[in-house]
Amino acid sequence: MTILFYDGTFEGLLSAVFEIYERKLMQVKLQKGEWYNSALFAEVLKITTSEVNANRVLKGLRQRLSPAAVQRLYIAHMAEMENEEITLIGYIRYVFDTPKNIEDDYGNKYVIRLSEIIRMVRREKHRMEAFVRFKKLKDETYYATIEPDFNVLPLLIKHFKNRYADQKWIIYDIKRNYGLYYNLHDTQYMVLDFSTMNKPGDIIAAFTEDEGIYQHLWKNYFNSVNIPARKNTRLHVRHIPKRYWRHLTEKI
Amino acid sequence: MNTERITEKLNILADAAKYDVSCASSGSKRKNENKGLGNASNGICHSYTEDGRCVSLLKILLTNHCIYDCAYCVSRKSNDIKRAAFTVQEVVDLTINFYRRNYIEGLFLSSGIFKDVDYTMERLVLIAKKLRTENNFNGYIHLKSIPGASDELMREAGLYADRLSVNLEMPTEEGLKLLAPDKNRQDMINPMQFLKNEIIQRTEEKKLFKKAPLFAPAGQSTQVIIGATPENDQQVLQSANYFYQNFNLKRVYYSGYVPVLADKRLPGLNTAVPMVRENRLYQADWLMRFYGFNVNEIVNNQQPLLDLDIDPKLSWAIRNMHSFPIDINKADLQLILRVPGIGMLSAQKIVSARKFGNLNWEQLKKIGVAINRAKYFITCKSNEFERRDLSGTSIKQFILAESKSKYLKNVPAQLSFF
Repeated sequence: MTILFYDGTFEGLLSAVFEIYERKLMQVKLQKGEWYNSALFAEVLKITTSEVNANRVLKGLRQRLSPAAVQRLYIAHMAEMENEEITLIGYIRYVFDTPKNIEDDYGNKYVIRLSEIIRMVRREKHRMEAFVRFKKLKDETYYATIEPDFNVLPLLIKHFKNRYADQKWIIYDIKRNYGLYYNLHDTQYMVLDFSTMNKPGDIIAAFTEDEGIYQHLWKNYFNSVNIPARKNTRLHVRHIPKRYWRHLTEKI
Repeated sequence: MNTERITEKLNILADAAKYDVSCASSGSKRKNENKGLGNASNGICHSYTEDGRCVSLLKILLTNHCIYDCAYCVSRKSNDIKRAAFTVQEVVDLTINFYRRNYIEGLFLSSGIFKDVDYTMERLVLIAKKLRTENNFNGYIHLKSIPGASDELMREAGLYADRLSVNLEMPTEEGLKLLAPDKNRQDMINPMQFLKNEIIQRTEEKKLFKKAPLFAPAGQSTQVIIGATPENDQQVLQSANYFYQNFNLKRVYYSGYVPVLADKRLPGLNTAVPMVRENRLYQADWLMRFYGFNVNEIVNNQQPLLDLDIDPKLSWAIRNMHSFPIDINKADLQLILRVPGIGMLSAQKIVSARKFGNLNWEQLKKIGVAINRAKYFITCKSNEFERRDLSGTSIKQFILAESKSKYLKNVPAQLSFF
């Protein structure tokens, strides 16, 4: 067993694949983070991310997979799910060790696991498209905070840019501390320094006057459309799990 | 803005609109090409009510004043309730401001009938027009067509709305006569016919001229109330099937009657909402539209009612044991789709995956097949001896015994309303 440490980037992951084939490694485990020498019975190898090596692996993947399948690998990695490197490495090795395209071989454990990961990421992305609640700031920017289970902010760009083309907006992932800003022309990533911001009162003061009114109207609307005779809390919570509630205006 | 007054109006007019169950915001293809606000393509449910229904659109009535007296409707003339009416601008402002905050996909606008049919329809169309032309709004708009509205207004509505719908209200003409004596089924069918022809014609035009305007790109739908009149499931589904076949409807919605009014023609106020039956009707509807089932396979003269304790696919399968078991590694996609416990996505995955080698139980489970149901109806790569001599009735018993129906838990909750 060899433990490979890499920097957590997609290039790093592909560089690790390169090393696996270069050194003809059999049993491997890929871990994100700094090299440390605590593994007693395992070899340890630090992967240096190399654009050249990564590109060679990527080229090979592109020859053996459809563009959509390569994209799925990239998305699955970006989601930053814990301990799924083993799936990605297993999948990529299966691609290179099989003469034909294996992306539809759902009987294979890596292929089916990748499709599960993608389904989870897509669902989270879709939830964010639904559950983002913008609040209007005095400078006419619409601001929303999110805490998605997986890192899906980059996947949201297209949807929100197409939809809200005529308003400035920010969607901020407070769990991963970075956000997306649209300035009426382009989107860019941003980091806010919350330590310089003051009391909660200042934040409320930053909203436009009608913001409170529309929040109030929305909450009223949400209550009015409920049919008490059909109450079904289990179904309700399955659709909106409680961890999302604190960002939903109507559930606060 | 008078917040208090607008809040009251919103409460009254959202409350009155909530029995219309249509919530779809998908199926359109309106893009944001004018650097304006919004688009309408993929349906999104932005929230869910406590009864678990999706909140996708701002669903309101323009007014709940109504000249009609339909027994099943809260807004009927003879009902003593608070009445309210929005102005055109109020609806526009609410829609835009809710949309900009990502609360909704768009507007679902219906109305009680005030003055006359065309006068009401004209107001609805005016709101849609204002949103599209003055506010550059490309979000989803679903307009209710008022039965009996003129062709001219229907045509204009189609130019601004993504979806139009006329509610049939009752599954059969007799049911309608009983509960809505002022309404006439032909008045509902005429606009459907008109829209169907118009949509076909516009789609042809669009093929020839790319710049031809969109016309109700998300098509038309309708709704029937179930449980208010004595129609059985066979009548309900036959009628739905008729409208799917003849009017190219995108959806038929089934709305379990919520007893809101005391009337000797209606079920009593303490009657439970037929939620399980409603769910079974939707399942049957899906089987007809996506799983290649003919309506007569689901309900017929021998089987006029849907089983409430098991879903219609399982029900069909145990009545047709001679069609099973099927070999998952050889059977056509169409047959695999008919197996209880296998959905659309699993079926497609199976067909892709078996090209790489025969599949076993473990792999099927990973693919997403509900083995506890499917195992009675399929064979796959397996070395174990498996019995295949169970009767339909015993399979049903086995499946019911090991599955906790999600509805069983609901029974006490429903009883507590008595």
